Amino acid sequence: MKKKKVNIAVTGLNATDNPGPGVPVIRALHDSEFFDVRIIGLSYESLEPGIYMHDLVDKTYQIPYPSAGKESLLQRLEYINGIEKIDVLIPNFDAELYSFMKLENELKYMGIHTFLPTFDQFEERHKINLSEFGKKYKIKVPFAKAINSIHEIYSLTPEFTYPVVVKGKYYDAYIAYNPEQVLTHFNKIASKWGTPIIIQQFIYGSEYNVIALGDGKGNTIGAVPMRKQFITDKGKAWAGIAIDEKELLKMTTRLIKNTKWRGGMELELMKTQENEYYLLEINPRIPAWVYLAVGAGQNLPEALVKLALGIEVEPYTTFNVGKMFIRYSYDLIVDLSEFEQISTYGEL
Amino acid sequence: MKIKKNIAISDSGFIFNPSTGESFTVNPIGVEIITLLKEDKVKEDIKKQILDKYQTEDIVFEKDYYDFVGMLNHYHLAETNEEEES
Repeated sequence: MKKKKVNIAVTGLNATDNPGPGVPVIRALHDSEFFDVRIIGLSYESLEPGIYMHDLVDKTYQIPYPSAGKESLLQRLEYINGIEKIDVLIPNFDAELYSFMKLENELKYMGIHTFLPTFDQFEERHKINLSEFGKKYKIKVPFAKAINSIHEIYSLTPEFTYPVVVKGKYYDAYIAYNPEQVLTHFNKIASKWGTPIIIQQFIYGSEYNVIALGDGKGNTIGAVPMRKQFITDKGKAWAGIAIDEKELLKMTTRLIKNTKWRGGMELELMKTQENEYYLLEINPRIPAWVYLAVGAGQNLPEALVKLALGIEVEPYTTFNVGKMFIRYSYDLIVDLSEFEQISTYGEL
Repeated sequence: MKIKKNIAISDSGFIFNPSTGESFTVNPIGVEIITLLKEDKVKEDIKKQILDKYQTEDIVFEKDYYDFVGMLNHYHLAETNEEEES
């Protein structure tokens, strides 16, 4: 079969110890038997490793941070699209999603397709709204509260018992065993991501995640549950295994059906000793461990690109249980001229 | 007791629980006992086979068997926590 040529722009090239999903998404797209892809990397910083992975990324352009506003992002994308003729754009950061969702129509007008959650879906599953989300969809979630000021820290008890988890609205989560630790984490997270800060009851147990893709009509195109086998001190999975947990798959398909979820998603769950699952978070995008799903037989990035282009997708119904991923670090050797090129011209 | 149907065990003693992703290793006697349990053998049958095959005493078998079964229950590899046999 002749492969369909597509130009795909991908963000999240930060394959660091807190990895973005960009590089594994790109690997998945290169594995596609349906698409012949040219990859346009979109980066924020000059040291994102994906920029220098020339066997995976054909060309990289720096784009402005979301804080610069959607107008400057649009201008930059117009420039890039003028050269690259992007067919599909896959944003991979929580913090940038909002800007891309806002630009969906402008991008479409430029011929750039996306497949993102709706504003309602994005807001409803937000960490701040997770308690309501749990109630609405009958899923257990840990008790949580958003706080805006350090004065609220000392009145967290008796509503909470320590330890608690202190979370940023987009990223970062730390366990705190007393109010002083909450204060430290509050200041650290607030200076990076702003307020509110979410205080969540700590749940003891094992961490499980599910990657899934919804078609926006209530159908689950694919889903793979994973148990973290090795967790870094940043809480990231460094190794994991695809598991056959019917309850998680049922929960995921029910959630996608009820929310009519559009796009990639990751459910983060904790399983207690009593075998109860608590939903800790829903990330509205493909997670960094997506390549496990590909290895297990579900090329979800390829399916997402098909959905974005309006190509019919047959849902995946199986995957290889027991397939594992083990992450590793690798030293790329880079010429100074390349670093200079991306740093000064914003292109490489 | 019964071992959960979906639990996979290899000849090398590697046990994999596909529902949780957990894996364990057991020694050759462990493999034999789990294999017998998977064949729905009751404790008395297992005891007879082990005592016929290995030089050990009844009381030693009893202690080790209950320790082992306790571990299987603890790691959720068994269908039930109840030891239904006499």
